[in-house]
Amino acid sequence: MQVTMTVNGDEVTREVEPRTLLVHFLRDHLGLTGTHWGCDTSNCGTCVVLVDDEPVKSCTMLAAMAGGHAVRTVEGLERPVGLDPVQQGFVECHGLQCGFCTPGMLMTARALLDREPDPDEATIREAISGQICRCTGYATIVRSIQWAAREEAAERATASEPVGGVR
Amino acid sequence: MQVPAPFEYERATSVDHAIALLEQRGDGARVIAGGHSLLPMMKLRLANLEYVVDINDLGDELSYVRRETVDGADVVRIGALTRHRDLLESELLADLFPIFRDAERVIADPVVRNRGTLGGSLCQADPSEDLSAVCSTLDALCVIRGSAGTRVVPMRDFHRGPYETAVADAELLVEVRVPVRPGAGSAYEKVERRAGDWAVVSAGAAVWLDGGTIVDARVGLAAVGPHTTDLPAVGEELRGRAPSEELVARAGALAAAGCEPATDQRGTAEYKRHLADQLTRRALRRAVARALGATH
Repeated sequence: MQVTMTVNGDEVTREVEPRTLLVHFLRDHLGLTGTHWGCDTSNCGTCVVLVDDEPVKSCTMLAAMAGGHAVRTVEGLERPVGLDPVQQGFVECHGLQCGFCTPGMLMTARALLDREPDPDEATIREAISGQICRCTGYATIVRSIQWAAREEAAERATASEPVGGVR
Repeated sequence: MQVPAPFEYERATSVDHAIALLEQRGDGARVIAGGHSLLPMMKLRLANLEYVVDINDLGDELSYVRRETVDGADVVRIGALTRHRDLLESELLADLFPIFRDAERVIADPVVRNRGTLGGSLCQADPSEDLSAVCSTLDALCVIRGSAGTRVVPMRDFHRGPYETAVADAELLVEVRVPVRPGAGSAYEKVERRAGDWAVVSAGAAVWLDGGTIVDARVGLAAVGPHTTDLPAVGEELRGRAPSEELVARAGALAAAGCEPATDQRGTAEYKRHLADQLTRRALRRAVARALGATH
């Protein structure tokens, strides 16, 4: 069957078997290997991508089910200039060790901050509770997301200043 | 690599269309909604389907939470495609039936809750599944639609056994109705080995008070036997009495005696009986406290 969806802003159409899972569609059909394939049982969360801006475990969704929807993967995070603040936060705060869980963590963090720009620590921990970091680096992951939240708050403050600055 | 066996896929454009597709394809066809129970079973080849009907486009028809009068009864109507996250975030449910929010907080994890649905949870009919216990506790009604029309089945008749329901091959669970009665309070308690896991044991409790007397009470347990269990004996014990710690303890003892847990990797039967007792007590205490604090 033919499936058409938007991936990181670009429309893609491919011929797939109906049984193709979204994670394999992204990795094997589109070559977007940033999305990791981990436990295959919707437990580990490294395969999380955004579907219509909501985090979804792509090992437990058919590619066909994503047809007509907007998918965003870790490859779509980077800004035209520089990294997304959640990516930069993971750099600044040592948010990864082996890096296997990172793509899923980044996507969930992005969705969280889009919905709730100033989450408290408990909210962050709840948001990533469906994802496993086997290096157990949760404390630094939480700090990385907090860094991104502060960075984006500062960006918003700068953007809302009147032209010519505040006298 | 876990991949389902080959199947054909089609998207339904309406509930009627979905039912027509199911009817054409017979018992090799199944509906997929959130997919978080069905796809894992297909990946493990425990479910081998020839034909999958995707109903995710039917949100307009099947995703809602609203309070209405149906056949003269005050009910909350919940569409079968309503996702866990919407149940968790519904202020109407939190206000009328806080047991839903209690349970949704401990069902899987936020990412899974973005996809999984009420209808899928009930139709999976897993004896450890939490929303089945919630709906049993609340004496909910299941609205099932087929080409011949709609029928309403109470929760106690909905599950026919593990992974079996009253929904026939060419039918669709379209709605769950929860009766609204005055003086209600409800709560849910779950013990799990780790966050987001299936229950070792869960207990739901609902009470309806009038002037300090329990008019009705219900307890529903998950993961204690081949069925998600509602325990009429507990309600009989509580009805007509004023809530007290002693009464709550008797209810807990009845719950422990009335269930049939099995020893497995999640715990021994003895431990699960202990949990059934204690979680029933905790849920009842909170349900009573909420009923006393409720204004409706």
